[in-house]
Amino acid sequence: MTDQAYNFAYLDEQTKRMIRRAILKGLAVPGYQVPFASREMPMPYGWGTGGVQVSAATLTPDDTLKVIDQGADDTTNAVSIRKFFERTAGVATTDETDKASVIQTRHRIPEMPLREDQILVYQVPIPEPLRFLEPRETETRKMHSLEEYGLMHVKLYEDVSQHGQIATSYAYPVRVSGRYVMDPSPIPKFDNPKLEMDAIQLFGAGREQRIYAVPPWTQVVSLDFEDYPFEASKADHACDLCGAGDSYLDEVITDDSGNRMFVCSDTDYCRSRRDDGHTGRLAGDAT
Amino acid sequence: MQSEALHGGFSDAPVDASFAFRAAMTAMARPGMICDISGAEPPSPLSVAAGTLILTLCDPDAALALSGPLDVQPVREWVTFHTGAPLVPPAEADIAVGRWQDLHPIDRLRIGTPEYPDRSATLIVEMDALIETGAVLRGPGIRETARLSLPDAAAMAGNALLYPLGVDFFLTSGARVAALPRSTQISEG
Repeated sequence: MTDQAYNFAYLDEQTKRMIRRAILKGLAVPGYQVPFASREMPMPYGWGTGGVQVSAATLTPDDTLKVIDQGADDTTNAVSIRKFFERTAGVATTDETDKASVIQTRHRIPEMPLREDQILVYQVPIPEPLRFLEPRETETRKMHSLEEYGLMHVKLYEDVSQHGQIATSYAYPVRVSGRYVMDPSPIPKFDNPKLEMDAIQLFGAGREQRIYAVPPWTQVVSLDFEDYPFEASKADHACDLCGAGDSYLDEVITDDSGNRMFVCSDTDYCRSRRDDGHTGRLAGDAT
Repeated sequence: MQSEALHGGFSDAPVDASFAFRAAMTAMARPGMICDISGAEPPSPLSVAAGTLILTLCDPDAALALSGPLDVQPVREWVTFHTGAPLVPPAEADIAVGRWQDLHPIDRLRIGTPEYPDRSATLIVEMDALIETGAVLRGPGIRETARLSLPDAAAMAGNALLYPLGVDFFLTSGARVAALPRSTQISEG
Protein backbone atom coordinates (compact mmCIF):
# COMPACT_ATOMS: atom_id res chain seq x y z
CA MET A 1 0.00 0.00 0.00
CA THR A 2 1.32 3.43 -0.89
CA ASP A 3 1.94 5.75 1.98
CA GLN A 4 -0.12 8.77 0.94
CA ALA A 5 1.91 11.13 3.10
CA TYR A 6 4.65 11.09 0.48
CA ASN A 7 4.89 12.26 -3.11
CA PHE A 8 5.19 9.39 -5.60
CA ALA A 9 8.63 7.77 -5.05
CA TYR A 10 9.36 9.98 -2.02
CA LEU A 11 11.28 12.84 -3.68
CA ASP A 12 9.58 16.12 -4.58
CA GLU A 13 9.13 16.89 -8.28
CA GLN A 14 11.77 19.62 -8.48
CA THR A 15 14.39 17.27 -7.04
CA LYS A 16 13.40 14.57 -9.50
CA ARG A 17 13.69 17.01 -12.41
CA MET A 18 17.21 17.97 -11.26
CA ILE A 19 18.20 14.30 -11.05
CA ARG A 20 16.55 13.55 -14.39
CA ARG A 21 18.49 16.33 -16.11
CA ALA A 22 21.70 14.89 -14.64
CA ILE A 23 20.80 11.37 -15.86
CA LEU A 24 20.21 12.66 -19.41
CA LYS A 25 23.59 14.44 -19.45
CA GLY A 26 25.20 11.31 -18.02
CA LEU A 27 23.77 9.21 -20.85
CA ALA A 28 24.93 11.77 -23.42
CA VAL A 29 28.53 11.64 -22.10
CA PRO A 30 28.99 7.99 -21.05
CA GLY A 31 31.27 7.52 -18.05
CA TYR A 32 31.44 11.23 -17.14
CA GLN A 33 30.40 11.95 -13.55
CA VAL A 34 27.66 14.58 -13.51
CA PRO A 35 27.48 16.57 -10.25
CA PHE A 36 24.00 16.70 -8.71
CA ALA A 37 22.49 18.17 -5.55
CA SER A 38 22.11 14.95 -3.59
CA ARG A 39 19.35 15.08 -0.98
CA GLU A 40 19.20 13.90 2.57
CA MET A 41 17.44 10.54 2.43
CA PRO A 42 15.76 8.65 5.28
CA MET A 43 18.71 6.24 5.45
CA PRO A 44 22.40 6.77 6.19
CA TYR A 45 25.05 7.50 3.57
CA GLY A 46 26.60 4.22 2.52
CA TRP A 47 23.22 2.51 2.40
CA GLY A 48 22.58 3.37 -1.21
CA THR A 49 21.25 6.92 -1.05
CA GLY A 50 22.63 7.65 -4.53
CA GLY A 51 21.04 4.57 -6.05
CA VAL A 52 17.78 5.30 -4.23
CA GLN A 53 17.61 8.83 -5.63
CA VAL A 54 18.33 7.62 -9.18
CA SER A 55 15.71 4.87 -8.81
CA ALA A 56 13.18 7.37 -7.43
CA ALA A 57 13.68 9.61 -10.46
CA THR A 58 13.45 6.64 -12.85
CA LEU A 59 10.53 4.61 -11.48
CA THR A 60 7.04 4.76 -12.97
CA PRO A 61 3.97 3.23 -11.29
CA ASP A 62 4.09 0.39 -13.87
CA ASP A 63 7.55 -0.78 -12.87
CA THR A 64 8.53 -3.95 -11.07
CA LEU A 65 11.49 -3.34 -8.80
CA LYS A 66 14.18 -5.77 -7.71
CA VAL A 67 16.84 -4.79 -5.18
CA ILE A 68 19.99 -6.81 -4.57
CA ASP A 69 22.89 -6.43 -2.18
CA GLN A 70 25.98 -8.44 -3.20
CA GLY A 71 23.65 -10.50 -5.39
CA ALA A 72 21.21 -11.33 -2.59
CA ASP A 73 17.58 -10.19 -2.38
CA ASP A 74 17.20 -10.97 1.32
CA THR A 75 19.91 -8.88 3.02
CA THR A 76 19.06 -5.91 5.26
CA ASN A 77 20.01 -3.25 2.74
CA ALA A 78 18.05 -4.84 -0.10
CA VAL A 79 14.99 -5.56 2.02
CA SER A 80 14.79 -2.04 3.43
CA ILE A 81 15.19 -0.32 0.05
CA ARG A 82 12.56 -2.61 -1.46
CA LYS A 83 10.16 -1.80 1.39
CA PHE A 84 10.94 1.90 1.02
CA PHE A 85 9.73 1.91 -2.59
CA GLU A 86 6.79 -0.37 -1.85
CA ARG A 87 5.61 2.23 0.64
CA THR A 88 6.48 5.47 -1.13
CA ALA A 89 5.96 4.51 -4.79
CA GLY A 90 3.53 1.61 -4.54
CA VAL A 91 5.48 -0.29 -7.20
CA ALA A 92 5.43 -4.06 -7.53
CA THR A 93 8.57 -5.82 -6.32
CA THR A 94 10.12 -9.13 -7.20
CA ASP A 95 13.12 -11.34 -6.46
CA GLU A 96 13.20 -12.69 -10.00
CA THR A 97 15.65 -11.01 -12.35
CA ASP A 98 13.62 -11.65 -15.50
CA LYS A 99 10.42 -10.17 -14.03
CA ALA A 100 12.05 -6.90 -12.92
CA SER A 101 11.99 -3.74 -15.04
CA VAL A 102 14.23 -1.72 -12.70
CA ILE A 103 16.97 -3.43 -10.67
CA GLN A 104 18.84 -1.51 -8.00
CA THR A 105 22.09 -3.22 -7.10
CA ARG A 106 24.86 -2.97 -4.58
CA HIS A 107 28.13 -4.44 -5.85
CA ARG A 108 26.92 -7.11 -8.31
CA ILE A 109 25.52 -7.51 -11.81
CA PRO A 110 22.92 -10.32 -12.01
CA GLU A 111 24.18 -13.52 -13.64
CA MET A 112 21.25 -13.67 -16.08
CA PRO A 113 21.88 -11.34 -19.07
CA LEU A 114 19.62 -8.27 -18.82
CA ARG A 115 17.20 -7.31 -21.56
CA GLU A 116 16.66 -4.10 -23.50
CA ASP A 117 13.59 -3.18 -21.45
CA GLN A 118 15.43 -3.36 -18.12
CA ILE A 119 17.34 -0.69 -16.20
CA LEU A 120 20.18 -1.42 -13.79
CA VAL A 121 20.81 1.19 -11.06
CA TYR A 122 24.09 0.92 -9.13
CA GLN A 123 24.79 2.18 -5.64
CA VAL A 124 28.22 3.80 -5.74
CA PRO A 125 30.35 4.68 -2.68
CA ILE A 126 33.33 6.45 -4.34
CA PRO A 127 32.55 7.38 -7.96
CA GLU A 128 35.98 8.85 -8.74
CA PRO A 129 38.34 6.09 -9.96
CA LEU A 130 41.34 8.39 -9.46
CA ARG A 131 40.42 9.44 -5.91
CA PHE A 132 42.78 7.09 -4.08
CA LEU A 133 45.60 8.20 -6.36
CA GLU A 134 44.85 11.94 -6.25
CA PRO A 135 42.71 13.21 -3.36
CA ARG A 136 42.05 16.71 -4.81
CA GLU A 137 38.80 17.03 -6.77
CA THR A 138 40.21 20.02 -8.70
CA GLU A 139 43.07 17.80 -9.93
CA THR A 140 41.05 14.70 -10.80
CA ARG A 141 38.59 16.87 -12.72
CA LYS A 142 41.50 18.32 -14.72
CA MET A 143 42.88 14.83 -15.31
CA HIS A 144 39.54 13.69 -16.77
CA SER A 145 39.31 16.78 -18.97
CA LEU A 146 42.83 16.18 -20.32
CA GLU A 147 42.36 12.38 -20.59
CA GLU A 148 45.39 12.11 -18.32
CA TYR A 149 45.01 8.54 -17.09
CA GLY A 150 48.67 7.51 -16.86
CA LEU A 151 48.46 7.43 -13.08
CA MET A 152 45.88 4.65 -13.22
CA HIS A 153 48.18 2.50 -15.33
CA VAL A 154 51.02 3.20 -12.88
CA LYS A 155 48.79 1.89 -10.11
CA LEU A 156 48.03 -1.29 -12.06
CA TYR A 157 51.74 -1.62 -12.87
CA GLU A 158 52.60 -1.38 -9.17
CA ASP A 159 50.16 -4.25 -8.61
CA VAL A 160 52.11 -6.30 -11.14
CA SER A 161 55.50 -5.39 -9.65
CA GLN A 162 54.41 -6.19 -6.08
CA HIS A 163 52.13 -9.17 -6.60
CA GLY A 164 53.14 -10.55 -10.00
CA GLN A 165 49.63 -9.86 -11.32
CA ILE A 166 47.01 -7.14 -11.34
CA ALA A 167 45.73 -7.62 -7.78
CA THR A 168 42.76 -5.25 -8.08
CA SER A 169 39.82 -7.59 -7.77
CA TYR A 170 36.81 -5.28 -7.42
CA ALA A 171 35.96 -1.71 -8.51
CA TYR A 172 38.26 -2.53 -11.42
CA PRO A 173 38.68 0.61 -13.56
CA VAL A 174 37.19 0.68 -17.06
CA ARG A 175 37.38 3.03 -20.01
CA VAL A 176 33.99 3.90 -21.43
CA SER A 177 33.53 4.49 -25.15
CA GLY A 178 37.26 5.24 -25.53
CA ARG A 179 37.08 8.41 -23.43
CA TYR A 180 36.33 8.49 -19.70
CA VAL A 181 37.91 6.19 -17.13
CA MET A 182 35.09 5.11 -14.82
CA ASP A 183 34.69 3.27 -11.54
CA PRO A 184 32.10 0.55 -12.19
CA SER A 185 31.26 0.64 -8.42
CA PRO A 186 32.73 -2.16 -6.27
CA ILE A 187 31.48 -5.02 -8.44
CA PRO A 188 33.90 -7.96 -8.63
CA LYS A 189 36.04 -7.82 -11.75
CA PHE A 190 34.26 -11.04 -12.74
CA ASP A 191 31.31 -8.78 -13.61
CA ASN A 192 33.28 -6.30 -15.75
CA PRO A 193 32.67 -8.05 -19.09
CA LYS A 194 28.92 -7.81 -18.42
CA LEU A 195 29.11 -3.98 -18.42
CA GLU A 196 28.59 -4.14 -22.20
CA MET A 197 24.92 -5.11 -22.01
CA ASP A 198 21.51 -4.56 -23.60
CA ALA A 199 20.07 -2.66 -20.59
CA ILE A 200 20.56 0.96 -19.52
CA GLN A 201 23.02 1.30 -16.61
CA LEU A 202 22.76 4.25 -14.21
CA PHE A 203 25.15 4.93 -11.33
CA GLY A 204 24.29 7.06 -8.29
CA ALA A 205 26.68 8.22 -5.55
CA GLY A 206 24.71 10.03 -2.82
CA ARG A 207 27.39 11.21 -0.41
CA GLU A 208 29.75 12.15 -3.27
CA GLN A 209 26.89 13.75 -5.26
CA ARG A 210 27.61 12.23 -8.65
CA ILE A 211 25.49 10.49 -11.30
CA TYR A 212 26.90 8.70 -14.32
CA ALA A 213 25.63 6.30 -16.92
CA VAL A 214 26.48 3.72 -19.54
CA PRO A 215 23.98 3.40 -22.42
CA PRO A 216 23.30 -0.04 -23.92
CA TRP A 217 25.93 -1.54 -26.25
CA THR A 218 28.56 0.97 -25.20
CA GLN A 219 32.19 -0.10 -25.40
CA VAL A 220 33.51 -0.71 -21.88
CA VAL A 221 37.15 -1.81 -21.70
CA SER A 222 38.82 -2.98 -18.48
CA LEU A 223 42.27 -1.37 -18.24
CA ASP A 224 45.19 -3.79 -18.58
CA PHE A 225 48.56 -4.39 -20.23
CA GLU A 226 49.40 -6.40 -23.36
CA ASP A 227 51.49 -8.85 -21.33
CA TYR A 228 49.15 -8.80 -18.32
CA PRO A 229 45.70 -8.93 -19.92
CA PHE A 230 42.54 -8.39 -17.91
CA GLU A 231 41.13 -11.59 -16.46
CA ALA A 232 37.59 -11.94 -15.07
CA SER A 233 38.39 -14.20 -12.14
CA LYS A 234 36.24 -16.13 -9.67
CA ALA A 235 36.73 -18.83 -7.05
CA ASP A 236 37.79 -22.04 -8.80
CA HIS A 237 34.82 -24.10 -7.65
CA ALA A 238 31.25 -24.91 -8.63
CA CYS A 239 28.33 -23.77 -6.50
CA ASP A 240 27.75 -26.28 -3.70
CA LEU A 241 23.98 -25.79 -3.86
CA CYS A 242 23.13 -25.59 -7.56
CA GLY A 243 26.31 -26.85 -9.19
CA ALA A 244 26.75 -23.80 -11.43
CA GLY A 245 30.31 -23.51 -12.70
CA ASP A 246 29.84 -20.12 -14.35
CA SER A 247 28.55 -17.92 -11.52
CA TYR A 248 30.34 -15.68 -9.03
CA LEU A 249 30.69 -17.46 -5.68
CA ASP A 250 30.64 -16.50 -2.01
CA GLU A 251 32.78 -18.55 0.36
CA VAL A 252 30.92 -19.53 3.55
CA ILE A 253 32.68 -20.97 6.61
CA THR A 254 30.39 -23.71 7.89
CA ASP A 255 31.97 -24.87 11.17
CA ASP A 256 34.93 -24.42 13.53
CA SER A 257 37.09 -27.08 11.90
CA GLY A 258 37.70 -25.15 8.69
CA ASN A 259 35.01 -26.64 6.50
CA ARG A 260 33.59 -24.28 3.94
CA MET A 261 31.20 -24.14 1.07
CA PHE A 262 30.94 -22.04 -2.07
CA VAL A 263 27.53 -20.71 -3.07
CA CYS A 264 26.28 -18.43 -5.85
CA SER A 265 26.35 -14.80 -4.79
CA ASP A 266 23.30 -14.24 -7.03
CA THR A 267 20.57 -15.86 -4.90
CA ASP A 268 17.88 -15.70 -7.58
CA TYR A 269 20.15 -17.41 -10.12
CA CYS A 270 20.97 -20.15 -7.62
CA ARG A 271 17.33 -20.67 -6.61
CA SER A 272 16.07 -20.83 -10.21
CA ARG A 273 18.76 -23.40 -11.06
CA ARG A 274 17.80 -25.56 -8.06
CA ASP A 275 14.12 -25.25 -9.05
CA ASP A 276 15.15 -26.59 -12.47
CA GLY A 277 16.64 -29.65 -10.79
CA HIS A 278 20.34 -28.76 -10.76
CA THR A 279 22.18 -29.85 -7.63
CA GLY A 280 25.61 -29.18 -6.22
CA ARG A 281 27.95 -31.02 -3.86
CA LEU A 282 26.09 -30.14 -0.65
CA ALA A 283 22.58 -29.68 -2.05
CA GLY A 284 21.04 -32.36 0.16
CA ASP A 285 22.67 -31.13 3.38
CA ALA A 286 22.20 -27.41 3.09
CA THR A 287 18.57 -27.06 2.07
CA MET B 1 -2.83 36.38 -18.26
CA GLN B 2 -5.14 34.49 -20.59
CA SER B 3 -6.95 31.62 -18.91
CA GLU B 4 -5.80 29.20 -21.67
CA ALA B 5 -2.37 29.29 -20.08
CA LEU B 6 -3.79 27.59 -17.01
CA HIS B 7 -4.83 24.46 -18.91
CA GLY B 8 -2.88 21.69 -20.59
CA GLY B 9 -0.48 20.82 -17.79
CA PHE B 10 0.03 17.34 -16.36
CA SER B 11 -3.16 16.02 -14.77
CA ASP B 12 -1.16 13.94 -12.25
CA ALA B 13 2.29 15.57 -12.25
CA PRO B 14 4.42 12.90 -10.49
CA VAL B 15 2.99 10.05 -12.56
CA ASP B 16 2.78 11.86 -15.91
CA ALA B 17 6.32 13.21 -15.45
CA SER B 18 7.65 9.75 -14.57
CA PHE B 19 6.29 8.21 -17.78
CA ALA B 20 7.46 11.18 -19.83
CA PHE B 21 10.95 11.01 -18.38
CA ARG B 22 11.17 7.28 -19.05
CA ALA B 23 10.39 7.95 -22.71
CA ALA B 24 12.95 10.77 -22.82
CA MET B 25 15.59 8.65 -21.09
CA THR B 26 14.96 5.68 -23.35
CA ALA B 27 15.32 7.95 -26.39
CA MET B 28 18.55 9.51 -25.07
CA ALA B 29 20.01 6.10 -24.15
CA ARG B 30 19.11 4.62 -27.56
CA PRO B 31 19.81 7.27 -30.22
CA GLY B 32 17.56 6.90 -33.23
CA MET B 33 14.80 5.03 -31.39
CA ILE B 34 11.44 6.81 -31.64
CA CYS B 35 9.37 6.76 -28.43
CA ASP B 36 5.84 7.88 -27.61
CA ILE B 37 5.63 10.73 -25.14
CA SER B 38 2.54 12.60 -23.99
CA GLY B 39 0.78 14.10 -21.01
CA ALA B 40 0.84 17.82 -21.76
CA GLU B 41 -1.53 19.75 -24.03
CA PRO B 42 0.52 22.81 -24.87
CA PRO B 43 -0.73 25.81 -26.86
CA SER B 44 -0.10 25.84 -30.60
CA PRO B 45 2.41 25.75 -32.23
CA LEU B 46 4.17 23.70 -29.55
CA SER B 47 3.84 19.93 -30.16
CA VAL B 48 2.59 17.53 -27.49
CA ALA B 49 6.04 15.94 -27.30
CA ALA B 50 7.90 19.24 -26.93
CA GLY B 51 5.39 20.53 -24.39
CA THR B 52 5.67 17.32 -22.37
CA LEU B 53 9.49 17.50 -22.42
CA ILE B 54 9.34 21.12 -21.21
CA LEU B 55 7.09 20.18 -18.29
CA THR B 56 9.33 17.20 -17.48
CA LEU B 57 12.68 19.02 -17.55
CA CYS B 58 12.16 22.77 -17.03
CA ASP B 59 11.75 24.53 -13.68
CA PRO B 60 13.14 27.63 -11.96
CA ASP B 61 16.61 26.00 -12.10
CA ALA B 62 16.49 25.17 -15.81
CA ALA B 63 16.16 28.15 -18.12
CA LEU B 64 14.31 27.84 -21.42
CA ALA B 65 14.84 29.61 -24.75
CA LEU B 66 11.84 29.82 -27.08
CA SER B 67 12.82 30.32 -30.73
CA GLY B 68 11.07 31.81 -33.74
CA PRO B 69 7.28 31.35 -33.96
CA LEU B 70 7.29 29.61 -30.56
CA ASP B 71 8.31 32.82 -28.84
CA VAL B 72 4.75 34.12 -28.61
CA GLN B 73 2.67 35.25 -25.67
CA PRO B 74 0.45 32.14 -25.24
CA VAL B 75 3.48 29.81 -25.18
CA ARG B 76 5.43 32.11 -22.84
CA GLU B 77 2.52 32.30 -20.43
CA TRP B 78 1.89 28.56 -20.55
CA VAL B 79 5.55 27.71 -19.85
CA THR B 80 5.81 30.29 -17.07
CA PHE B 81 2.62 29.16 -15.34
CA HIS B 82 3.37 25.44 -15.48
CA THR B 83 7.14 25.36 -14.93
CA GLY B 84 8.33 28.72 -13.56
CA ALA B 85 11.34 28.41 -15.86
CA PRO B 86 13.13 31.67 -16.68
CA LEU B 87 12.78 32.58 -20.37
CA VAL B 88 16.23 33.52 -21.66
CA PRO B 89 18.15 34.10 -24.91
CA PRO B 90 19.67 30.96 -26.52
CA ALA B 91 23.19 31.69 -25.24
CA GLU B 92 22.02 31.37 -21.64
CA ALA B 93 19.59 28.50 -22.08
CA ASP B 94 19.72 25.08 -20.46
CA ILE B 95 16.98 23.97 -22.81
CA ALA B 96 16.14 25.56 -26.16
CA VAL B 97 13.09 24.69 -28.20
CA GLY B 98 12.21 25.55 -31.78
CA ARG B 99 12.29 24.46 -35.38
CA TRP B 100 15.76 23.84 -36.81
CA GLN B 101 15.82 27.04 -38.90
CA ASP B 102 15.02 29.09 -35.78
CA LEU B 103 17.58 27.35 -33.55
CA HIS B 104 20.36 27.55 -36.16
CA PRO B 105 23.21 28.51 -35.82
CA ILE B 106 23.62 26.17 -32.86
CA ASP B 107 27.03 27.55 -31.93
CA ARG B 108 25.16 30.23 -29.99
CA LEU B 109 24.31 27.59 -27.41
CA ARG B 110 26.37 26.46 -24.46
CA ILE B 111 28.51 23.36 -25.12
CA GLY B 112 29.87 22.90 -21.58
CA THR B 113 33.48 23.25 -20.47
CA PRO B 114 36.27 20.64 -20.62
CA GLU B 115 35.94 20.11 -16.86
CA TYR B 116 32.12 20.28 -16.82
CA PRO B 117 30.82 18.99 -20.16
CA ASP B 118 27.39 18.58 -18.57
CA ARG B 119 26.94 22.36 -18.43
CA SER B 120 25.63 22.37 -21.96
CA ALA B 121 22.30 23.08 -23.57
CA THR B 122 19.71 20.49 -24.57
CA LEU B 123 17.84 21.32 -27.77
CA ILE B 124 14.27 20.29 -28.52
CA VAL B 125 13.95 20.43 -32.29
CA GLU B 126 10.39 20.47 -33.63
CA MET B 127 10.09 18.39 -36.80
CA ASP B 128 7.33 17.83 -39.36
CA ALA B 129 7.88 14.09 -39.10
CA LEU B 130 10.21 11.58 -37.47
CA ILE B 131 11.16 8.56 -39.55
CA GLU B 132 13.75 5.84 -39.14
CA THR B 133 15.49 6.53 -42.44
CA GLY B 134 18.19 8.93 -43.50
CA ALA B 135 21.46 9.58 -41.73
CA VAL B 136 23.33 6.57 -40.34
CA LEU B 137 24.02 6.71 -36.60
CA ARG B 138 26.73 4.82 -34.69
CA GLY B 139 27.93 5.01 -31.11
CA PRO B 140 26.92 4.37 -27.52
CA GLY B 141 23.35 3.11 -27.20
CA ILE B 142 23.24 1.74 -30.75
CA ARG B 143 23.75 -1.98 -31.37
CA GLU B 144 25.32 -1.58 -34.80
CA THR B 145 23.72 1.22 -36.72
CA ALA B 146 20.48 3.16 -36.54
CA ARG B 147 18.87 5.53 -39.01
CA LEU B 148 17.00 8.72 -38.31
CA SER B 149 15.69 11.64 -40.34
CA LEU B 150 17.78 14.62 -39.19
CA PRO B 151 17.09 18.28 -39.97
CA ASP B 152 20.77 19.04 -40.69
CA ALA B 153 23.12 16.03 -40.56
CA ALA B 154 26.22 18.13 -41.31
CA ALA B 155 25.72 20.55 -38.41
CA MET B 156 24.86 17.69 -36.05
CA ALA B 157 27.96 15.74 -37.15
CA GLY B 158 29.96 18.90 -36.43
CA ASN B 159 28.50 18.96 -32.94
CA ALA B 160 29.62 15.35 -32.42
CA LEU B 161 33.19 16.36 -33.30
CA LEU B 162 33.27 18.56 -30.19
CA TYR B 163 32.85 15.47 -27.97
CA PRO B 164 32.88 15.35 -24.97
CA LEU B 165 31.61 18.91 -25.33
CA GLY B 166 28.57 19.78 -27.40
CA VAL B 167 24.81 20.04 -27.18
CA ASP B 168 22.32 17.18 -27.05
CA PHE B 169 19.19 16.99 -29.19
CA PHE B 170 15.66 15.80 -28.70
CA LEU B 171 13.72 15.63 -31.96
CA THR B 172 9.97 15.93 -31.54
CA SER B 173 6.98 15.53 -33.82
CA GLY B 174 3.41 15.23 -32.61
CA ALA B 175 3.49 12.92 -29.60
CA ARG B 176 6.78 11.22 -30.55
CA VAL B 177 10.36 11.86 -29.53
CA ALA B 178 13.81 10.68 -30.59
CA ALA B 179 17.18 11.84 -29.36
CA LEU B 180 20.65 12.47 -30.65
CA PRO B 181 23.27 12.90 -27.91
CA ARG B 182 26.67 14.39 -28.73
CA SER B 183 28.22 10.90 -28.46
CA THR B 184 26.52 9.70 -31.68
CA GLN B 185 28.63 9.53 -34.85
CA ILE B 186 26.65 10.61 -37.93
CA SER B 187 27.31 9.71 -41.55
CA GLU B 188 25.19 10.45 -44.60
CA GLY B 189 22.77 7.66 -45.52
